[in-house]
Amino acid sequence: MARIYIFKRFERFWHWAQAALIIFMLLTGFEIHGSYALLGWEKAADLHTTAAWTLIGLWLFAIFWHFTTGEWRQYIPTSKNIVAVMNYYSVGIFTGAPHPFRVSQLSKHNPLQRLAYLLVKLFINPLIWVSGLAYLYYNELAASKIAALSGISLGTIALAHTAAAFMMLAFLIGHLYLSTTGHTPLAHIKAMITGWEDVDADKPAAVPAK
Amino acid sequence: MRTGIFVVALLASMLLAPAVNAASEPVPAKLLKSTSDHTKFKALQQEFNSGPEVTKACLSCHTEAAKQLHQTEHWKWEYKNPQGQLLGKKTLINNFCISPASNEGACNSCHIGYGWKDDTFDFTSEVNVDCIVCHDTTGNYRKPAGLAGNVIAKTMEFPPGSGKIVKGINLKKIAQSVAKTSRDTCGACHFYGGGGDGVKHGDMDSSLAAPEKEVDVHMDALGLNFTCATCHMTKGHQVPGSRYAPTAQDKGAAHLRGKEYKTIPTTCQACHGQAPHKKIAKLNDHTDKVACQTCHIPAFARGGVPTKMSWDWSTAGKMGPDGKPLTIKDAKGHPIYMAIKGDFVLGEDVVPDYRWFNGTVTYTLRSDKVDKNNEPVQINRYEGSASDGKSLIWPVKIMRGKQPFDPVNKTLVVPHTAGNDDTAYWTNFNWDKAIAKGMATIGEPYSGKFDFISTESTWPITHMVAPAKNALRCRDCHASGGRLEKVPDIYIPGRGSDHARWLDTAGWAIAVLTLLGVLGHGLGRVILSKRNH
Repeated sequence: MARIYIFKRFERFWHWAQAALIIFMLLTGFEIHGSYALLGWEKAADLHTTAAWTLIGLWLFAIFWHFTTGEWRQYIPTSKNIVAVMNYYSVGIFTGAPHPFRVSQLSKHNPLQRLAYLLVKLFINPLIWVSGLAYLYYNELAASKIAALSGISLGTIALAHTAAAFMMLAFLIGHLYLSTTGHTPLAHIKAMITGWEDVDADKPAAVPAK
Repeated sequence: MRTGIFVVALLASMLLAPAVNAASEPVPAKLLKSTSDHTKFKALQQEFNSGPEVTKACLSCHTEAAKQLHQTEHWKWEYKNPQGQLLGKKTLINNFCISPASNEGACNSCHIGYGWKDDTFDFTSEVNVDCIVCHDTTGNYRKPAGLAGNVIAKTMEFPPGSGKIVKGINLKKIAQSVAKTSRDTCGACHFYGGGGDGVKHGDMDSSLAAPEKEVDVHMDALGLNFTCATCHMTKGHQVPGSRYAPTAQDKGAAHLRGKEYKTIPTTCQACHGQAPHKKIAKLNDHTDKVACQTCHIPAFARGGVPTKMSWDWSTAGKMGPDGKPLTIKDAKGHPIYMAIKGDFVLGEDVVPDYRWFNGTVTYTLRSDKVDKNNEPVQINRYEGSASDGKSLIWPVKIMRGKQPFDPVNKTLVVPHTAGNDDTAYWTNFNWDKAIAKGMATIGEPYSGKFDFISTESTWPITHMVAPAKNALRCRDCHASGGRLEKVPDIYIPGRGSDHARWLDTAGWAIAVLTLLGVLGHGLGRVILSKRNH
């Protein structure tokens, strides 16, 4: 086993801060929605808003980081190896077959991860972000002179925001589970904490995406 | 010689010392706020034998006052609303004492005039205007029921034939003590609407005479100490802020002194403006849909005086075992049954009902058709909707009643209740006679048949504003089964009935299926990895 440095310091900070914020916002968000009572509605709404602004701030930094470091390329989708990876998770993982994908600094994510994370970044996050801001600034929106904006009802905004929250919840469950599918159950999690990932030295590195 | 100088010096010091002291500590004269002392007016230095005599004296200086009063609803008891309905106590029917018509002797003790005992009353008479009832400061001014607004100036037997001697009030002293209106003068009528303390409004009763902060943050006797007129700022005796023409939504700015405004001074916004919440700015986002009163008057009848929530006239007329009119009281001593009126349900600390309200109120008039297929009859209807752009969610008191009507002519009826005559219901307990007399008095047809019909009336809740710390909390409405559960056509975060059922069902189903999927996958890994070992 060799070790390579995959996740840089900011990336790890971003990941874990985002994880904490998203879990917290799911908890408070579904309380605001009325699914249960936990912190009390007032506190939930207040903290949900604070967490939202924090997350938006974090995202701004993360977006800046992705583009200045070129790390955004890690999310360019690829079909190469995708069937092999799907086969691995549906069959190979049970039979003890080796993972068909090899992590490298230039290609951190297997093709399925690339797709999933891209979906989060390009669809779920923007939907949450836009619907959440519309939710926060609903009064300003309703007072807008642009009919298309002032005509949107709070119910519609809430519907989009809730739908995005359910998507995020489903992603979170899947993501949490898949983090245990390394060569040991804690391997991936450890890598996300330390930055160092164990790799099979005798397996060839995957071809980095362009 | 020396002794002489010493004595002179001593005397001088004794004489001068007080003068020096007086110069350094002048005794302040009590500063009067008014520029006039009514005890010094010649016109008031006389014995008065009646109310109109006092008014005549008032008008000798305040030459235009009666003319101003003649233009008020307080005088006319008549108001034409924007829909063209003729409203006002003179003609309206409610579901409390029903109507002052044919009962003027009793009811019109709350008219700001003297002697409105029937339809011969002269509404153009200046001396018939009662100045004192609003401007008394002694608390001794009384207009007893039965005298049509007149006062007892000379000690007399009252009611006549009762054997009770009522002392005359000292009109001279009262007239010399007049000043601005107070919570007591307005309250003398407005606290007692519907026939008793707190009966009618729910947000106005005698507890507002000197309220604690918790009961009314503005009128707080030891705090801001508002009078009614602090908000109901009159101009030329015209009082703004009538429930016949309510302002449901005020989009105007807070009023600055010296500036002219088109908006009325009685609304919350007239002082607090459009964005009054400084600490939690999100609360300002509610003001486009929710009236201030909805959150800031968490309950009405909070001052220890109950209000009537329902009144069933159909059970009136029961006699007790002693053959006398029956009265039943609750544990606190408040009547819940009276032979002359029927059954009541009282309420204290009542949570209001909530309605979309745009300021338009439509009334069921004496001429309008009612029938038992459309119960309860809406004595008045608050108009409004989520989408008309003029409505806010308002707290209201819904008064439920059961009152006499004419099933043949299909109209609500006016019974003659108060009086010393054979036809008055409160004397003879005979509905036939009472209704026949009442309807004859107002000159409207009566078939001779009567029945009882359920009615509802709606009253705005706008007084008894609580301190901010007692305002509603988010969860009071942002929840399923909350205060606004029944308010339609608005999305309230946290209210389950607003959720798209399909989304919640699908969302949780996907989450649970994902969880089951990964758990199954994990279980498979565990089992198979053990087998492989």
